[in-house]
Amino acid sequence: MIQPDRIVTTTCPYCGVGCNLHLHIKDDLVYKVTSPFDSPSNHGNLCVKGRFGYDFIHSMDRLTKPSMRKDDKLIPASWDKAMGHVAERLLEIREKYGPDSIGFLVSAKCTNEENYLMQKVARGLIGTNNVDHCARL
Amino acid sequence: MTNSISDIHLADVLLVTGSNTTEAHPVISLEMKKAVRKRGAKLILIDPREIELSNFAAIHLRPRSGTDIALLNAMTHVIIADGLAKKDFIEARTENFDALADAVKDCTPQWAEDITGIPAEMIVEAAHVYGQARSAAIFWAMGITQSSHGTDNVQALANLALLTGNFGKPGSGVNPLRGQNNVQGACDMGGLPNVLTGYQSVTDESIRVKFETAWKSSVKIPAKPGLTVTELMNGALNGSIKALYIMGENPFLSDPNMNHVREALHALEFLVVQDIFLNETAQLADVVLPATSFAEKEGTFTNTERRIQRVRAALPIKGEARRDLDIICDLGERIAKRINGFGKRIYEADVIHSVMDWNYTDASAVWDEIAALTPTMSGISYERLDRAGIQWPCPTANHPGTPILHKEKFTRGLGRFTPLIFREPVENPDDEYPFVLNTGRVLQHWHGGTISRRSAGLNWVVPEGEIQINADDGVELGIATGDTIRVSSRRGEAIGKARLTDKLPRGMVFMNFHFAEMPTNALTNDAVDPVAKIPEYKVAAVKIERV
Repeated sequence: MIQPDRIVTTTCPYCGVGCNLHLHIKDDLVYKVTSPFDSPSNHGNLCVKGRFGYDFIHSMDRLTKPSMRKDDKLIPASWDKAMGHVAERLLEIREKYGPDSIGFLVSAKCTNEENYLMQKVARGLIGTNNVDHCARL
Repeated sequence: MTNSISDIHLADVLLVTGSNTTEAHPVISLEMKKAVRKRGAKLILIDPREIELSNFAAIHLRPRSGTDIALLNAMTHVIIADGLAKKDFIEARTENFDALADAVKDCTPQWAEDITGIPAEMIVEAAHVYGQARSAAIFWAMGITQSSHGTDNVQALANLALLTGNFGKPGSGVNPLRGQNNVQGACDMGGLPNVLTGYQSVTDESIRVKFETAWKSSVKIPAKPGLTVTELMNGALNGSIKALYIMGENPFLSDPNMNHVREALHALEFLVVQDIFLNETAQLADVVLPATSFAEKEGTFTNTERRIQRVRAALPIKGEARRDLDIICDLGERIAKRINGFGKRIYEADVIHSVMDWNYTDASAVWDEIAALTPTMSGISYERLDRAGIQWPCPTANHPGTPILHKEKFTRGLGRFTPLIFREPVENPDDEYPFVLNTGRVLQHWHGGTISRRSAGLNWVVPEGEIQINADDGVELGIATGDTIRVSSRRGEAIGKARLTDKLPRGMVFMNFHFAEMPTNALTNDAVDPVAKIPEYKVAAVKIERV
């Protein structure tokens, strides 16, 4: 039987039930997922997605490099160049059309901390309340 | 949810409506089944389709799509008329009862039968079962909210619970089942156009000043609420929105009226997408930023019962991808520096603080800032969360969290009854488009399929979308299971394989929305609820034909 290098306790990324997970890791691969029986929301139960739906983490399609559009194609770019361009363009657009010409979609998939900081960028730096996400959808 | 997942099994009556719980929230459905099987709870199911929960239901009401208010008003009528309303609760804890009673005076079961197609005596029985319960809990999902009168639907359910005193005790309450791992948290964190964290309103000046001061905010937070997703897309089309920054979402596939969204995204001057895959939206972006999955980062998610729980990094980051937190802080720092450096050129009049700090040691430092600014969460720290999740409100460091809301009083003081008037859905079937399209999930997949379709086992079980139609309708149209058919609405079309079933009422087409090659949201209607701005995904007029 495979012995895990480590077991990490975390929260399921699928629906809103918030099942607790034990990710069993070997050689940096999630090879098995279980749930502790004392978990408050799911008492050790998991659905088929929660137990088996993790190949996506290791997918070859995962994005690993920033890219920028050039001649209608996305071309790999350095972080410095990509981020510099984003900051520059957002400020240009703000200057030309005003703060409310920019919108931010935060994410029901991302963490609380990430969502908080993204709306902080929108409200505290750009100066717009155009912040929403797919809760309505 | 006003209540907790762990007290579902204590309800005597469960009213489940607009939720195919076994497919969309499977682990919560286990608690519902436990209540029915182990404790003999009665399940009232309201759903036009026959679903797995039908097998557990004492009463299954199957209304015509979009007629929820007629049904719920009639149940309210019966509860009042037959003396089942809890008078002491109504007197002590609610207001506006007379207006409600007046509004449902003529909403008899017979009136509702004509509108909903549900036999009057079944409506009466459901009202009696709900009204007589010692503790009754209501659950709903998108079948209630994704409607041009979604806000009315939710208020009608709240009316039922107020009328019968079903608040503030185990196994009761009004319980929306939230569809995504952190949709609750994204709302709690101010990921909405009208509120900051913990639903503190942007229209309140003292709140804005509190945040501006704590943040050393570069500019003032505007007092006017911003635009919603659907309004942002319309704005892009009419030219008022020039740039969108999208983090971890795929509106191309998830928003209604896909062709409209495609045009909107194309019309933008600048589109940034931060994601873990090159999804359909990212393919249209000017800059794509590679982010990290839940397994590679630290943070918290908040579940449907308001429980904040830890997310922990289990794996190293892939390639040059970065944690979302680091990307946002980098962006923040760059913009803040430019404002400083180019302040005169760009902001001049607007700048209120010269330096906005974007240095956080880790996710826990971000959380501490959130807690300090959010009264309902100020007692929560990573140290406490490391032991177990906590349900907000949790105002102090020794507060245990709140499993049941509204115990002694409601957030606004008294619970307010809302009189509601039945309105038809925006688009009913007609001669040209004679079928009604309903949409939903299947157990094995999730949303746009970006992550579930990349999981081999899930994709093996359900490799493609299907178009379900009633078997008699299929026979009439000469369509058999496995035939390729085209579904079209006034907005677009989708092609897929037909499946004939006896689980749908006649005249209904059901499609899931997990498969980009069968784009269900090319068909759906982007007409929205006037308050919540939620599109009417669950009712659109369509026609079907063999290809």
